[in-house]
Amino acid sequence: MGPFMGRAAKPVVFILCLLPLAWLAWRATSGGLGANPIEATNRYLGDWGLRFLLMVLAVTPFAGLSGWKGVFRVRRMLGLFAFTYVLLHLTSYVVLDHFFSWRDIWADIVKRNFITVGMVNVVLLTPLAATSTNAMVRRLGARRWRMVHRLVYVIGILGVVHFYMMVKADVREPLVYAAILALLLGWRVAAAWRRRRGRRPAASARP
Amino acid sequence: MLIKIGRPNDVKSSEITPQSVFMDRRRFMMAAAAGVGLASVSLPGGAPAAKFEGVVKGPFGTDEEQTPFEDVTRYNNFYELGTGKGDPARNAAGLKTRPWSIAVGGQVAKPGTYDFDDLVKPHMLEERVYRLRCVEAWSMVVPWVGFPLGDVIKRLEPTSKARYVAFQTLHDPEQMPGQRRAVIEWPYVEGLRLDEAMHPLAILAVGMYGEMMPNQNGAPIRLVVPWKYGFKSIKSIVRMDLVEHMPPTAWNKQAPREYGFYSNVNPTVDHPRWSQRTERRIGEFLRRETLMFNGYAEEVASLYAGMDLAKNY
Repeated sequence: MGPFMGRAAKPVVFILCLLPLAWLAWRATSGGLGANPIEATNRYLGDWGLRFLLMVLAVTPFAGLSGWKGVFRVRRMLGLFAFTYVLLHLTSYVVLDHFFSWRDIWADIVKRNFITVGMVNVVLLTPLAATSTNAMVRRLGARRWRMVHRLVYVIGILGVVHFYMMVKADVREPLVYAAILALLLGWRVAAAWRRRRGRRPAASARP
Repeated sequence: MLIKIGRPNDVKSSEITPQSVFMDRRRFMMAAAAGVGLASVSLPGGAPAAKFEGVVKGPFGTDEEQTPFEDVTRYNNFYELGTGKGDPARNAAGLKTRPWSIAVGGQVAKPGTYDFDDLVKPHMLEERVYRLRCVEAWSMVVPWVGFPLGDVIKRLEPTSKARYVAFQTLHDPEQMPGQRRAVIEWPYVEGLRLDEAMHPLAILAVGMYGEMMPNQNGAPIRLVVPWKYGFKSIKSIVRMDLVEHMPPTAWNKQAPREYGFYSNVNPTVDHPRWSQRTERRIGEFLRRETLMFNGYAEEVASLYAGMDLAKNY
């Protein structure tokens, strides 16, 4: 991987992250969204919001397993795309599904548990997107910044919970997401465990 | 994609059946035979099947715009053929609808196993253009072809003990790939109170759009109770029992808090997952307000006089 590949990585990933949107636009204009295009659009955007969240969470395990640290350079972009798809998901719910009927939307947030969870997740994601710039990292300081961004673990879990609660009976698909999330979070727990065990002999070696 | 702005619900029920037209067995059999011939060829999404002849216009019809055939046959909840909305159309070809028989038992003077054609033959086929309201808050307008369920029940001569009707869908994982996993408990079962079943709005449908029932819509014979959420209208019926006690129903067993026995369309009683105040008519952009008993209050409200519909959801 030469320096050129390194420089090309970001624009290439950027384009790749836009492909799901392009596919949606193509299907919407060619009548490929079926009998209920609003439902199809909403589900599709939600699916991709969740997939990008899992991709962000996969960066650290991937770097750890492959030893390739370059992947960290696209983590922020993946995170912002997760936020973008989640926002589009929310927008399609507000505009396409309910056409700004705030009364129905509010009733949904209060009464429908899976919508409550989804809304909480948007609220939790917002500070992460807002503090994604280098300037904000400097302003918060690395330690505090990292603490804020640990929220992404909660957001990932709530994202899967939101999907699981929405499904009527066939929970296979949300369970696949749950399994992937469990692997990604489990890897971190195992890594922390290893680190701690690795430190202990050093500590006991002290006089 | 067709986007229309919803208009207010101004539903007029059309006139009563204009005339009696006798439909002879041979004509029906021809349609049935043609249906078999076509059904053996895979029809993705349900291409036009055999046309019924001599179908008369039935009562209670709405003149609202009918949902396109393509949408009614490609956007289905029929978990026996898969849980995705497009799965039933894709898996439809595996379902064999002839020969088909319906077992009748329980509190009737004439129990037995009835061949599909023998069961249907005595009845005049009517077109009933009904609104279909799914519990998931979407709706369609479908021109069904069928006959009153009450007429069938009368022929079976229920005893004085009969108070409910229990229905059952075919259970055959070979033909119905969705049944290879226990997404819900198979076989699918449904039920009605006897007075509901005898109501002239309730029909057994054997077709739609003037044609044989496409497999993904519940061929060869299904229930249609338009004032209740769609899942009450059980598909591909193989068994019917008249019983003394309220029979178990599939979605109620799955999630009793979400799906009651009655499941009447009711905008004031919310489902935990969906507000039932509004619905999206397939093909329209703006939601419509959901009507009490799906717009059939005038006909059926008296069945529930004095009942707490929030409790008996």
